[in-house]
Amino acid sequence: MTVMEQRGAYRPTPPPAWQPRTDPAPLLPDARPYRVLGTDAADAVADAHPALLRRLYAQLVCGRRYNTQATALTRQGRLAVYPSSTGQEACEVAAALVLEDHDWLFPSYRDTLAAVARGLDPVQALTLLRGDWHTGYDPHEHRVAPLCTPLATQLPHAVGLAHAARLKGDDVVALAMVGDGGTSEGDFHEALNFAAVWQAPVVFLVQNNGYAISVPLAKQTAAPSLAHKAVGYGMPGRLVDGNDAVALHEVLSAAVRHARAGGGPTLVEAVTYRIDAHTNADDATRYRNDSEVEAWREHDPIALLERELTARGLLDEDGVRAAREDAEAMAADLRERMNQDPALDPMDLFAHVYAEPTPQLLEQQTQLRAELDAEQGVTAEAGAAAHAEGDRR
Amino acid sequence: MTTVALKPATMAQALGRAMRDAMAADPTVHVMGEDVGTLGGVFRVTDGLAKEFGEDRCTDTPLAEAGILGTAVGMAMYGLRPVVEMQFDAFAYPAFEQLISHVARMRNRTRGAMPLPITVRVPYGGGIGGVEHHSDSSEAYYMATPGLHVVTPATVADAYGLLRAAIASDDPVVFLEPKRLYWSKESWNPEEPVPVEPIGRAVVRRPGRSATLITYGPSVPVCLEAAEAACEEGWDLEVVDLRSLVPFDDETVAASVRRTGRAVVVHESGGFGGPGGEIAARVTERCFHHLEAPVLRVAGFDIPYPPPMLERHHLPGVDRILDAVARLQWEAES
Repeated sequence: MTVMEQRGAYRPTPPPAWQPRTDPAPLLPDARPYRVLGTDAADAVADAHPALLRRLYAQLVCGRRYNTQATALTRQGRLAVYPSSTGQEACEVAAALVLEDHDWLFPSYRDTLAAVARGLDPVQALTLLRGDWHTGYDPHEHRVAPLCTPLATQLPHAVGLAHAARLKGDDVVALAMVGDGGTSEGDFHEALNFAAVWQAPVVFLVQNNGYAISVPLAKQTAAPSLAHKAVGYGMPGRLVDGNDAVALHEVLSAAVRHARAGGGPTLVEAVTYRIDAHTNADDATRYRNDSEVEAWREHDPIALLERELTARGLLDEDGVRAAREDAEAMAADLRERMNQDPALDPMDLFAHVYAEPTPQLLEQQTQLRAELDAEQGVTAEAGAAAHAEGDRR
Repeated sequence: MTTVALKPATMAQALGRAMRDAMAADPTVHVMGEDVGTLGGVFRVTDGLAKEFGEDRCTDTPLAEAGILGTAVGMAMYGLRPVVEMQFDAFAYPAFEQLISHVARMRNRTRGAMPLPITVRVPYGGGIGGVEHHSDSSEAYYMATPGLHVVTPATVADAYGLLRAAIASDDPVVFLEPKRLYWSKESWNPEEPVPVEPIGRAVVRRPGRSATLITYGPSVPVCLEAAEAACEEGWDLEVVDLRSLVPFDDETVAASVRRTGRAVVVHESGGFGGPGGEIAARVTERCFHHLEAPVLRVAGFDIPYPPPMLERHHLPGVDRILDAVARLQWEAES
């Protein structure tokens, strides 16, 4: 065949017809945050799961007390810093309670309460914020990843872990927590994209508490809602009232079930509010009004649940008192143990950099050992001198 | 005694073989990255792995380096041993936060409870006529990050041995592959691969008495060529191939310089803030009384990596190395 004949035979094939790859409609979140408390939907839940509601209530009361106690510990110099989750306890508690024992939780630095609600010792959860080490617990023990400070960087970890578990045939679900500010980070985008492509069993919980330190959501995103971002990745987005513990529990449980059944990831946006400043080192009066805070206090997650339970006869004064007493006992124990100085060994600085220290680290370790010995020698000498001084008197 | 059939093999083939053998030996080893599956990698280093082990073990990921390394962290947390390919040196930068804030620190952060046995393969260096962002020498960034091991092979045999060692390591290893040596060939027995080299040992590639060239990766063959050329000048140069930048083999390097009394550090990376400054300082601290001359550096210029038609002026070559050797105060000898 000649070149001309080839040309004559050439017929461009039409481009394949474009079709949407996924129907976006089922992925879209509700127009308004889903609520249960104070709605008709509460009837069915109260009838079917009274024990769950009481459990949520007890955990919320305990969680609030944990927040106030940790904040007090910063004022006493026992914590270097505390990013409070006051006002967000429903998100923290629900995130912990919807997981099975063998599931994994990936918290950010504001989510120590979720870790505690999952069973972690509060003292261990607060180690990072006390400053005696970076992580105070073995992540494998309660399946709680280390508290993550760089924003949204824990999200791809959750995706990778869930993917690995699925490859191994384990029915593990990972629940990863992030704030509204964190959704602007590249790692948020990459994690959601990987999760959706791999159909990894992950639930992303965004606590939209209104502010990234001082920056309000309006300066963070132009999206219709953060939950809408899910649609672009091909996963369902769910919008829920983040101060309604019962609605959160329902939505997150459904997302966990969906993931465990092989349905892939879900993005849940919980609309809530950070009642306290970003941390004790922040001054929230510079960027928001008291009236705004007061309006949110009227929508307090504990008060909402307490009203519902009381109205339905599921909680009486004794029940409230019992929950508060339990919370006080937890706070007293936390206070007592946090008031003890942690045992520090400077040589730990070299112990875990590598499986085996490099020759260079061995040299530096020797140097620090000598400095510590010299310090002790000086202390001992000073002690001996003081003793001698005492003798002369 | 059986005779072994030696066949020429390229460094790229040896690296692929190392991954294949590691995957066959350990079901937790997973290879992941951009184009590593169906295509076999843009340099064909992962050729055949997806076919042999399936796409769950050799995975084409979305095109996002932070996501690749970030998900590898999660996989390692669950007991897998990911081998991550960054397609080119300069494309690895989006993954720096994951590398520096998580990969390098997780063991330390968790007091040893959560080590991350991740190998990050990075094709690096110039000399292949690559356009912008395809020829960076990024080793100084990695060296400056505690918690990482940083290794780089210069021979086909080392490529196999070091990569097996990196994958077997319980610490994260940044494995820098000199891309202009990918097609270098050596007689190599693919039926009986060389044993796994321990990470952290330098090797004397060419013994000599006059001066030591301290180098690694893509500059090793250049230094060997320079050493041959130096014979004509009457210099008998020793060439030390570091193989591992972290941990650094002070012992082998210092022993060589104490023998020769003179040293030149050679690398493609820029000189200012580059590995050569650290190496020269370490040599001076350990060998001061044996030195006949200051330790010199032959490095890339302190410029953004040049366009391909100008890169030969940037890369340390034989002449520039010999010029440095000539400046090692030989007049004191006479």
